[in-house]
Amino acid sequence: MSTYLLIPALPLLGFVINILFGRKLIRDKAHLVAIPAVLIAWAAAIYTVIGVVNGKIISEDLYTWIVSDGFRVSVGFLIDQLTAVMLVVVTTVSLLVHIYSVGYMHEDKGYYRFFAYLNLFTFSMLMLIMANNFLQLYFGWEAVGLCSYFLIGFWYEKKSASDAGKKAFIVNRFGDFGFGLGLMLIFITFGSLHYAPVFQAVGGIAGRTVDILGYTVSLPTVIALLLFCGAMGKSAQLPLHVWLPDAMEGPTPVSALIHAATMVTAGVFMVARCNPIFNLSPTALAVVGITGGVTALFAATIALVQNDIKRIIAYSTISQLGYMFLACGVGAYGAGVFHLYTHAFFKALLFLGAGSVMHAMSGELDIQKMGGLRKHMPITYWTFLLASLSIAGIPGFAGFFSKDEILWQAFAQGGVGRVLWVFGTLAALLTAFYSFRIIFLAFHGEFRGTHEQEHHLHESPKSMTIPLMILAAGAIASGWVGIPSIIGGENSNMFGSFLSGVVGRPAELGTHSQEMMVMGLSIGVGLLGILGAAYFYIWNPELPKALGRNFAFIHKVLWNKYYIDELYNFVIVRPTFWVASSIIVGTTDGKWIEGIVNGVPQAIGAFGQRLRKLQDGIVQHYADMMALGLFVFVAIALALFI
Amino acid sequence: MIMNNLGYPVLSTLIFLPVIGALLIGLMNRKHEGLIKVSALVLSLLTFAASLPIFFNFDKLTPKMQFVEWYSWIPAFNIDYLIGVDGISVLFVLLSTLVTILCVLISWNSVKIKVKEFFMALLLIEGAMIGVFCSLDFFLFYVFWEAMLIPMYLLIGVWGGPNRLYASIKFFLYTLVGSVLMLVGIVYLYLYAGRDFNILHLANLKYPLGMQLLLFWAFFAAFAVKVPMFPVHTWLPDAHTEAPTAGSVILAAVLIKMGAYGFLRFSIPMFPDAARAMTVPMMVLSVIAIIYGAVVCLAQTDIKRLIAYSSVSHMGFVTLGIFALNTQGIEGGILQMLNHGVVTGALFLSIGIIYDRTHTRQIADYGGVASVLPVYAGLFMLFTLASIGLPGTNGFIGEFLIILGGFTANRAAGVFAATGIIIGAAYMLWLYQRVFFLNVNPKVEGLHDINMRELLAVAPMAVLVFWIGLYPNAFLSFMHPSVQSLLDKVRPASANFSTLADFLRAVFA
Repeated sequence: MSTYLLIPALPLLGFVINILFGRKLIRDKAHLVAIPAVLIAWAAAIYTVIGVVNGKIISEDLYTWIVSDGFRVSVGFLIDQLTAVMLVVVTTVSLLVHIYSVGYMHEDKGYYRFFAYLNLFTFSMLMLIMANNFLQLYFGWEAVGLCSYFLIGFWYEKKSASDAGKKAFIVNRFGDFGFGLGLMLIFITFGSLHYAPVFQAVGGIAGRTVDILGYTVSLPTVIALLLFCGAMGKSAQLPLHVWLPDAMEGPTPVSALIHAATMVTAGVFMVARCNPIFNLSPTALAVVGITGGVTALFAATIALVQNDIKRIIAYSTISQLGYMFLACGVGAYGAGVFHLYTHAFFKALLFLGAGSVMHAMSGELDIQKMGGLRKHMPITYWTFLLASLSIAGIPGFAGFFSKDEILWQAFAQGGVGRVLWVFGTLAALLTAFYSFRIIFLAFHGEFRGTHEQEHHLHESPKSMTIPLMILAAGAIASGWVGIPSIIGGENSNMFGSFLSGVVGRPAELGTHSQEMMVMGLSIGVGLLGILGAAYFYIWNPELPKALGRNFAFIHKVLWNKYYIDELYNFVIVRPTFWVASSIIVGTTDGKWIEGIVNGVPQAIGAFGQRLRKLQDGIVQHYADMMALGLFVFVAIALALFI
Repeated sequence: MIMNNLGYPVLSTLIFLPVIGALLIGLMNRKHEGLIKVSALVLSLLTFAASLPIFFNFDKLTPKMQFVEWYSWIPAFNIDYLIGVDGISVLFVLLSTLVTILCVLISWNSVKIKVKEFFMALLLIEGAMIGVFCSLDFFLFYVFWEAMLIPMYLLIGVWGGPNRLYASIKFFLYTLVGSVLMLVGIVYLYLYAGRDFNILHLANLKYPLGMQLLLFWAFFAAFAVKVPMFPVHTWLPDAHTEAPTAGSVILAAVLIKMGAYGFLRFSIPMFPDAARAMTVPMMVLSVIAIIYGAVVCLAQTDIKRLIAYSSVSHMGFVTLGIFALNTQGIEGGILQMLNHGVVTGALFLSIGIIYDRTHTRQIADYGGVASVLPVYAGLFMLFTLASIGLPGTNGFIGEFLIILGGFTANRAAGVFAATGIIIGAAYMLWLYQRVFFLNVNPKVEGLHDINMRELLAVAPMAVLVFWIGLYPNAFLSFMHPSVQSLLDKVRPASANFSTLADFLRAVFA
């Protein structure tokens, strides 16, 4: 038994124990099962990652899963540099969120269930990133979706929560529809679903085409775009982003783990993993990049006007995921994964910080009703501030290095990349603004909530603040492994070199002065965003309301998230239900098919009723009938033979 | 003569043990309900135990019929008692013996009237079902095929819900009309082959294309009703809804598999050219069933009716896989037949459990069940997930292979079929939400959770969900040689109709 197998196996074991014995036996001790499971998995992961750093890449099959003629898929594992990065992110954030949840969920009646699901999620996410084939990736992919469904709808008595869980699952199925077809096309094209043979043979399909509805389309483009459909669902990109804001119905630790740091980044991971396929199709890459760039800006604009602290961070997550796809779209997969890695720390921190605030505010989410919290919860304040500086791209913080690398790579590519760079830079301005809008509204100024809430304000327990502090360290330092050579000198971007074996590295383009300009601009917009937020929410607190009045239309559109939910409801949901009830149940099944089914026996029955009248027992009638019959018979005989 | 390595007539044992058991129960005093129930349970357990040697001794390397028994029965008409199983039928024999036990367990307290007759009917159905899957003589097959109808008709008509008479007559007429056309086909084949009912002989003959086409449609009438395929599916929602729990379970788990089994055993190997020529219409009907059945689920207010319509959708996947006429499609189809038996059977068992407590099937009468019956809710969630084909459960393996096979055979069919998994998730999760989540409905307040007997009735299905989901090769390996040999028959494509005129010319040639 290899050590690495402990990584997914222990969280699975923890899940099984808690789900079977949690309700009656373990109850409020559930964390004593769940946390050690993840802790040992984390240690095993770090051990394995050190092996990878030293060049020990693991690739092996465990057992044959499905065989049907030429279709043959195993359960197997691939732990290379890309998986190693994900292992660090997933096990570390998962462990911290587990610890945090002890404090956050301590009075919940579903305590054991919560830890069981967290364990199951961790297992599923690990299966996703450690897979050595597409089908196991898909297994993990659907399983994390399931856990997300369970955890969003954790408080299932609430209609909004169970609605949100269901919505997340179904919207993701739209993406998985494409993803699944992509897998089938890969199998039909390559005769395998395992990474190694597929990526080895991938060069052979360059330039091949496929017929779709009479159009000739490039095969790599079709495969790549189908795979990207899945990524759009899981990573909440336009137009499949609608589930993620609603997913905030789940407990906050879930938002941090699943809907910020790990699961939602699975799409980015998948695109990076499949880079040999995407690289064959400039069209597909352009779609990925544009989707990412537009989503980054789009989601940031919505975040500007929302008041629900978790929803702002959720839109921020959608926006940051957009950056990652933007990077992949310009071929800078390494930069995308780097942002995934730093984002995991500062975004998990933002969510857990929001959770800490909610904990103190008895569940209040509206930042307009907060204010002045920094006095009452200094650790939460300072860690939240560090995370915000990181996401705003202030030099020295993790987010600066990863975001800057993305913007620079986009700029350096030229062409569409330049447009994407403009999108990314604008989004960076908005990011800094909305992030510090939270800081200034929630933590500065005067408290605007009720007296009862004010009386209750307190810093959270240690089980919650210690994870905050550890994540804060990550939000600062996690970027230091990827310092651009223009600052750190030769080989300072260790992260990029580490991953280059798996995802390659874009050619060095552009000049040093251009790079300095891009960097300077990205720092500039970050600072501008922070100052803007201070101007609006500290120095001129009446200004936002006035702006809202003067630009009422824009404010309304943003406040209502561009009415996309309403559009889907109008175009997809309601017509489907209308077809189901009016067309099918009402007409085709109800009237037509059932009409025939019931009509035929009824007609036969009615005919029988008529026939019965012939046998009325009156001999005279019988004689008449006989005469008539004879006449008809003779007539027919004559007609035939004469 | 007995031709198997076990040395005793194992298949006949499986067919006649329940039948003899039913007769024994018939001799008992109807007042001794306890004795009757225990006898039925013991008999079903014995039959299941007797079926296990088939599972363990089945030779997975040959496409030939195994455990064959061959006696002359009515020599004047060349009718034989010829039975055996191959990789296509063996799993359904085992499913039948397992499901009967679960049906006995689930009916323990819910059947209040004519208890003796109920368990007799149940055991008679078991014998007939196994007979259908084992028969290799057309006459014998037809006897079992029709014999199964009568106890099933009674099950619905006597122990069913308020609208049981309508449902049972509809079920009976629908099936009978289909069967009659098949009977004509059988007689035609019999005469054509020189008075021979032997299915194995008949499958090795080569028939003219026109004859193949006519017979294909004659058999289609019987099998399509049984599956049921669109548009002859409307008996199923009524039958399922009105049937007692055990009846729904048998219908879902085994009975409707016989249509798909008929395609695999008769239509495709005997009329391979016709089957190949008819793939497009068959796939179209399958895809319609998948989407139509799924969409209609969104408008249901009755839990059982919803699951019944979901069966139409799931069986659409099965027929799609079968008529993809490639290995993944057919193996996926057979596996999905098994999966649907396990999952939908389990869903009906589960619905029966809650129905026994509330006596309502209306979704609106539920809500918050997860708060009141947590263990039950967990099990129902498991079967829901298997039903929507979540990877790791059995549903995924079957659906994936089918869509892969369908996609290989016909891109459009694969794409349209895949939309079924989106709608599938929508209606099942919506059902689950309305029944199990939200606030506790007063009608479910205070109900006690699943008891040991009920747990035993669904636990085997839960085990199968994971067993097939995580290690499907344990079951797929039974099929490989038989499916290959089936495909060898159908592979040489000789008939290809591009227009209706070609088709008519072939029929009237």
